[in-house]
Amino acid sequence: MRAPQFMMPSQFKFVLPLLAAIALLAASTAQAANAKLEQIIAPAPHSTADHSKFKELNREFKNGPEVTKACLTCHTEAAKQVQHTKHWTWESTDPKTGKVRGKKNIINNYCTSPVSNENDCMACHAGYGWKDDKFDFKAEQNVDCLICHDQTGTYRKLPGFAGHPVYKRVEFPHGSGKFVEAVNLKKVAQSIGMPTRSNCGSCHFFGAGGNGAKHGDLDSSLQHPGKYLDVHMDEKGLNFYCTTCHATSHHEVSGSRYDTAAAVKGPAHIRGKQDASPASCQSCHSNKPHHEAMLNQHTDKLACQTCHIPEYARNQIGTESSWDWSLATQMGPDGKPMAYKDSAGRRAFDSKKGKWEWDSYVMPEYRWYNGYSDYKVIGDKIDPSKTVHINEVGGSPNDPDSRIWPVKVHRGKQPYDKVNNYLTVQHTAGEDHTALWHNYDWQKAIAAGMKAAKLPYSGEFGFVDTAMTWPITHMVAPKGDALSCAQCHSKNGRLKDIEGVYMPARDSNRWLDLIGWTLVVLTLFGVLMHGVLRLYASKKKG
Amino acid sequence: MNTANRIYLYNRYERFWHWSQALLVISMLITGFEVHGSFTLFGFEQAVNLHTLSAWTLLTLWAFTIFWQFTTGEWRQYIPTLKKVDAMVRYYAFGIFRHAPNPFQKTADKKHNPLQRLAYLALLSMLSPIIWGSGLLYLFYASWASLGVDGYLSLEAVALVHTAGAFLMLVFFIAHVYLTTTGHTPTAHIKTMITGWEEAD
Repeated sequence: MRAPQFMMPSQFKFVLPLLAAIALLAASTAQAANAKLEQIIAPAPHSTADHSKFKELNREFKNGPEVTKACLTCHTEAAKQVQHTKHWTWESTDPKTGKVRGKKNIINNYCTSPVSNENDCMACHAGYGWKDDKFDFKAEQNVDCLICHDQTGTYRKLPGFAGHPVYKRVEFPHGSGKFVEAVNLKKVAQSIGMPTRSNCGSCHFFGAGGNGAKHGDLDSSLQHPGKYLDVHMDEKGLNFYCTTCHATSHHEVSGSRYDTAAAVKGPAHIRGKQDASPASCQSCHSNKPHHEAMLNQHTDKLACQTCHIPEYARNQIGTESSWDWSLATQMGPDGKPMAYKDSAGRRAFDSKKGKWEWDSYVMPEYRWYNGYSDYKVIGDKIDPSKTVHINEVGGSPNDPDSRIWPVKVHRGKQPYDKVNNYLTVQHTAGEDHTALWHNYDWQKAIAAGMKAAKLPYSGEFGFVDTAMTWPITHMVAPKGDALSCAQCHSKNGRLKDIEGVYMPARDSNRWLDLIGWTLVVLTLFGVLMHGVLRLYASKKKG
Repeated sequence: MNTANRIYLYNRYERFWHWSQALLVISMLITGFEVHGSFTLFGFEQAVNLHTLSAWTLLTLWAFTIFWQFTTGEWRQYIPTLKKVDAMVRYYAFGIFRHAPNPFQKTADKKHNPLQRLAYLALLSMLSPIIWGSGLLYLFYASWASLGVDGYLSLEAVALVHTAGAFLMLVFFIAHVYLTTTGHTPTAHIKTMITGWEEAD
């Protein structure tokens, strides 16, 4: 049999090249469009300076402060700028009361307080050498430029070094048989660039000592996120860095949970305009971003996040939902310290720290929030008969600056002074004999912690229920995943406990409904009776 | 059929108006009570969309109908009268069971019996403003501030008034549908509303 021969009909002969040309044109147009998008949103700016060409950096460095000194030869104001920020001071002043808060002064619901534990905690301080209350906050060489600007991904700060990276190969964790190599400071210094997701994430993804533990809307999955996880940071799409929204000027990073722009009004902001809240959704999207007026009218009561972050911790990393310190120092069956993980490989118990619970794909709780949070600081009185709220988000339905926000509530149990009625500061980290994680002795740990905090300790401690509230704002979902109307507009919807707002389908007036339906039933009954009587009358006649 | 016994009561536009309005009112009652949370049928979002769409469609229909009422003079059909009202009440309360004749005979000039006139006028002048006033305020909730009314209104109050109106509308609807069966045969009135022709008794 002869093999069939394919002949191209003559009329198609130039159709094919034409099609090819069209395809090429289409492809190049698409490319052009992509290139344009990249130009607009490319988060890693092409710097005008290549730091590997600077002679100041072409040398060996013994330690971090030496690098900083080299940086400051050109960037003369940088350290002074950093020293005004929370990244350096770990302090924040309450705009209403003047109360001084910040990581240094509050007792959070996780590792509690850095006081007396600086050697470990300051692994996340943008500085070098903060190991006790004698740290010099004016010394410019103590500012750590590299933690935010390293582009090699090799610059790591470990607990136990007071904010220094490791200059010598070291076993970490102690006794684990695993080693961390010394950092090559020259290479790191020469790599300098604007902060990427990894830079910010090196601390903010791992808060509370575990991936995703603290925030719930920040974890290592945001280093290379897909569209599902974060519509803006999507690596193959808009590819935002943290700093795309948290626009920074003189090292002051915008956007903070201590003082949040909770109810931004008006149109999208324009370049060059003084921008009070660049990290807000509205600064790009305005407060009327939808095509449907019906959706826009929700912005006077709802934060964007409420609909557009339907769940947080949308991955297997998850986030911690509670930390029970009262079980710390409990030993294993053999009388020795023990630790175990949950089925997803997340820390579940450790004799050093107590018991944890984790959750993934978490539905937020909802609160009225005006951007203002009242924090308990070290020494604030508590009522141990009730749950102690580490912070209370401000706001009410009648406050025009309040919106309904999604929040993560982290619960737990913490030690407190039973006589003085305040949360205690405990010395947890360290190798000395008073450190809880070394000697498993609460009494000694609290006594040492309270001494460092300069607070009287009665000698009697107990455990109290605590809770901390975190407004959720990251992991914004693609619009198709936003909440649908009925998820709130129904009897048992997500906002069923939110007061002060009338929501169709959730709310009704009991009396009006009772009277209304009674009237309807009576009318039906009346016409039915009338009809039956008519039928009866006509039968009788017939 | 003796054509002398038939009168042409409702012309084509009138019938179109009646039936499309009926459809829209039914649609708004169903979707409205779903938005109110009484049941789930279309889902809240669809219910809101259908309710809003029906509202605008009905308003458009009314714009045409008001024009039609005045150009044809048909608006006079709604001038209230108390004449024979008592006779109508007696008829519906007693006479209808004894096969007494209907005291009112429809003509092209007087399509509605005196009770009907009163009912329609009440619907038009009392219930309608309540429903449309509260409904439009509900719909334009986002513009309250720019209209300067946000200080005087609450969504809850507006929603309650609107719901009360809806209950009254439902009551009217039930009574209206029942009364269509009171012609010389149970379907006579409905036939008239479809064909336009009224068969005399």
